[in-house]
Amino acid sequence: MTMRPAQRLALFLLLAPAILWLGLLIVLPHVEILILSFSERVAPRVYAFGVGNYLEFFTEPLYWRTFARTAFMSILVTALTLVLAFPIALYIARVAQGRLKAMLLLLCLLPFWVSELVRTLGWMMLLRETGVISYALRSVGLANQPVELLYNDGAVILGLVYGGLLFMIVPLANALESLEPAVVEAGYDLGGSRWTVLRRIVIPHAMPGIVAGCIIVFMLTVGNFATPVLLGGKNGLWFTEQIYAQFITRFNWPQGAAFGMLLLLLSSAIVWLGLRLTGQSLGTTLKQA
Amino acid sequence: MNRPSLAWKLYIAAFYLFLFAPLMIVAIFAFNASPFPSPPWRGFALEWFTGSGTVFGKPGVLVDPIWLSSIGNSFKVAIPVALLAVLLGTVNAWVLERAEFRGKTFLAMMMLWPLVIPGVVLGISILAFFSRLANGLEDWLQTDLDFLRPGLGLVVLGQLSFILTITTLIIAARLRKFDRSLEEAAFDLGATRMRVLRTVTLPFLWPALIGAGLVALLMSFENFNTTLMLVGSEAPLPITMYGQMREGASPAINAVSLLLMLGVGGIAGVFALTSKAER
Repeated sequence: MTMRPAQRLALFLLLAPAILWLGLLIVLPHVEILILSFSERVAPRVYAFGVGNYLEFFTEPLYWRTFARTAFMSILVTALTLVLAFPIALYIARVAQGRLKAMLLLLCLLPFWVSELVRTLGWMMLLRETGVISYALRSVGLANQPVELLYNDGAVILGLVYGGLLFMIVPLANALESLEPAVVEAGYDLGGSRWTVLRRIVIPHAMPGIVAGCIIVFMLTVGNFATPVLLGGKNGLWFTEQIYAQFITRFNWPQGAAFGMLLLLLSSAIVWLGLRLTGQSLGTTLKQA
Repeated sequence: MNRPSLAWKLYIAAFYLFLFAPLMIVAIFAFNASPFPSPPWRGFALEWFTGSGTVFGKPGVLVDPIWLSSIGNSFKVAIPVALLAVLLGTVNAWVLERAEFRGKTFLAMMMLWPLVIPGVVLGISILAFFSRLANGLEDWLQTDLDFLRPGLGLVVLGQLSFILTITTLIIAARLRKFDRSLEEAAFDLGATRMRVLRTVTLPFLWPALIGAGLVALLMSFENFNTTLMLVGSEAPLPITMYGQMREGASPAINAVSLLLMLGVGGIAGVFALTSKAER
């Protein structure tokens, strides 16, 4: 392609913001933490190349257990979110009509535009020992002393599922929207039960939406910080907390950088695996959402 | 399937109750006349909004310097983020939709990338890179470069790193719908390039620019993960809220949350109106 110098300059000027943005805020910072993660302190203020930070991760049970726990709980949260969101998305896409449909979708969106911290505050006020549920249980006589529902895995999972629901419902509803009613009718006419139609027709059709929703919910859950820390307390044990501790509390940046790389690897691996297993591309997946 | 069963309907109702219960609780207890954000209900009061602190020992949100300054800090971050994200996002959208060059597909892929990076990782990578940059430049220039150290400036850059993807996508989607023949006609009628941009293209893009700006504003206001890694001594609202929630907050935090909900509701309303205008 030949270009006049003026065109070349115009293209360069147009590209400049994108290159500055991706270069200075994305690529170089990631190169920096990659290098940082492979540097070990050999003497005060002297660093050398080494894999010590990664070895530390594998030899210290607290670190790899927290990592495995974060990965496992995130998969669990994603699965629960999918199961809870599916009937809602199906209702919005296939049953609700006109204004009811628009309103149901809008009502789903609203809570998620409010800060994550406000939502978490709500759950803390409901679940804690002096909270609303504990108070209600005592006043109807189901409990005779304050009940602590906060600071356990159940509370963490509840908070994370709550935070992920919208990101599951929207892609699911979008995918289900395009399902032809005639195809569903045909399924029933051919003698399929409700369950068979759901399993053989509706779910396969919704697959792109399911994948998109699961990937987004998993990424958000794995990378979450406030919900597990606030709802789980000391028992929260989330991997992002370890990154924060190394970077901000202990000021051990190389170790924190190694943890960051591991989290990035986990998150990317799951996204890649999800896309691979279902043969979708990142672009179309993000568009679903 | 078109006749939903009663169980399904009950499930839908329970779901929406579940969705709004935490927010309702937060809102209701902002008006509780009690020093603690918990039941029992002790009567209606506006003390946690405007009280001077004589009744419960702590002042209400609208007079407490801690809350006021963190709301101010959030605006100091959100406004530059929104303006830059719209301005640079428009240029990026132009590159994606109008320019032809080798490596464009790759660039388009790269622009999506920030969305799949966990916010915490974005935060630490920008923190680490900019402190290396600051160390190098300070040795070289022999001056202090505080704007590259943790603080509101770095928070703006950190939030911009992923919000730019969103604004680019919103504006590019609008630009794709634009009918190029309108521009051709303006050129044929003798308009200069600048004039076409100002009188034909920008008016068409306007709703998307407003929408993208509002989305950027909201995302900046509620961002926590990336911001947490980059804050210095001046904390934006979510950081202050997080600190107070860890210590055990007074109902002032409920009042702040309610104000936040009202603000978000207002912006969402404006956004709904602009996206309606877009159709």
